[in-house]
Amino acid sequence: MAELEIVGLKDIWVKYDDVSVLESIALSVFQHDFLGIIGPNGGGKSTLLKVILGLVKPFRGSVSVFGQPPEQSRSQIGYVAQHYAFDRDFPVSVWEVVMMGRYGKTGLFRRYSRNDWAAVEKTLIRVGMLNYRNEQIGRLSGGQQQRVFIARALVTEPKLLLLDEPTASIDPAMQTQFYEMLQDLKQSLAIVMVSHDVGAVSVYVDKIACLNRQLFYHGSKEITPEVLEATYQCPVQLIAHGPVPHRVLKEH
Amino acid sequence: MLEALHYEFMQNALLAGLLASVACGIVGVYVVVKKMVFISGGIAHASFGGIGLGYFLGINPVIGAMFFSLGSGLAIGGITRKTRLHEDTAIGILWAMGMATGIIFISLTPGYAPDLMSYLFGNILVVPFSDILMMLILDGVIIGIVVALYKEFLLLSFDEEFGTVVGVPVDRLYLLLLCMIALTVVVLIRVVGMILVIALLTFPVALARQCTHNIKKMMLFATLFGALFTFGGLWLSFELSLPSGATIILFGGTALLISFGLSRLRASHFASVL
Repeated sequence: MAELEIVGLKDIWVKYDDVSVLESIALSVFQHDFLGIIGPNGGGKSTLLKVILGLVKPFRGSVSVFGQPPEQSRSQIGYVAQHYAFDRDFPVSVWEVVMMGRYGKTGLFRRYSRNDWAAVEKTLIRVGMLNYRNEQIGRLSGGQQQRVFIARALVTEPKLLLLDEPTASIDPAMQTQFYEMLQDLKQSLAIVMVSHDVGAVSVYVDKIACLNRQLFYHGSKEITPEVLEATYQCPVQLIAHGPVPHRVLKEH
Repeated sequence: MLEALHYEFMQNALLAGLLASVACGIVGVYVVVKKMVFISGGIAHASFGGIGLGYFLGINPVIGAMFFSLGSGLAIGGITRKTRLHEDTAIGILWAMGMATGIIFISLTPGYAPDLMSYLFGNILVVPFSDILMMLILDGVIIGIVVALYKEFLLLSFDEEFGTVVGVPVDRLYLLLLCMIALTVVVLIRVVGMILVIALLTFPVALARQCTHNIKKMMLFATLFGALFTFGGLWLSFELSLPSGATIILFGGTALLISFGLSRLRASHFASVL
């Protein structure tokens, strides 16, 4: 492949208190990838994203992001964590939350500039939340909050977007809208999305990885039931519409 | 009360109350939104060790308290960030050991400890001018830090993980925040005493939170409410000859409970109208 590799994981092992969470993971993400990672809860999906961010240190293996250690590449990564368990009463507005994404472009002791204001405004328009800019974040619906957190990740102007279960709190009608926004975004950046929603992931992503402590599959999105069963370690009822042949996820 | 304002001790008391309100209005907002009330309680109680040391060495106990509160703040931060000990366990250890150290020092000091009660429960009427000067400097330090690092502290309190990702030095900022809490405790010791410090850190903020969803405005309102509580409590304690620290706390707490009650009432009224 002539494409530029932006994330390279080699033989990654992660343990929490002697319980291994990731075993021997090798994964490459290229410049224009839209990669979906599926797998059961507790399968290490969130941990894998945190390894790419350098928030979790593997006890074995090497991580390279944009050719550097992950800590030094964070400024090029936009990150949306799994369902924010933040305090609903926290006194902060939508505008202030999105502005947090500009910190990396500003730095210690400095004030946010006119450029930062313009970037926040543009991004809020993009996710359709500009009208809510003065609302307290906790007063929005789950889906609206999710859009604000996505805006906060996008406003960093990332080259890689990491999404952890981004559709968990969005109602089905808005999920379509959300995935279409990602379709639009992937022209300009690489996206890695973690999800347990096999059906939805399969429609929009270009590549799929199946993760349950080990990476069972990594490549184009036609997955066989055998791979899914190996990942989930039990027979899986595929969540696909219409007839379900061997190449399950092709059907949309 | 009005004629009492002519006395220097009363002017000092009002000034001390105002300076304390500024410190607890600003730092209290972070204590409340980041849920660090009991960390603050731990730091306050551990500072008793420094008060004991002050008596033992014959220096100003408030200076001793400052070293102990800064030390215990840094220790709680270091223990919870670098070891596997839980935060509340670390608080419990420092809380108890600080107080025990204070008791040992006081028992080693010959004679009896004069105005020990005023450090425990505060006596705003006996604040010497030197302590007011120290409170003024500490307030200046706290305001300077918050103005310089406002956006960093917002990220730290709202979302540490995202802060780390965008490059905020969260661990060092957290230690700095603990130091600011420690300094605030020192400012408050003279006014309400170390036992009652957490009240002035939380009551004004809890009330301010009902009025606004903006951190800067919350700091301003909390400072105003803090001043209202200390002045009102001081006036009541003067009229009724009651201990000032405890009266300030009970006055503030009652105002807070009434405000909560009214907002509940209003909410249920609206619910029944709809």
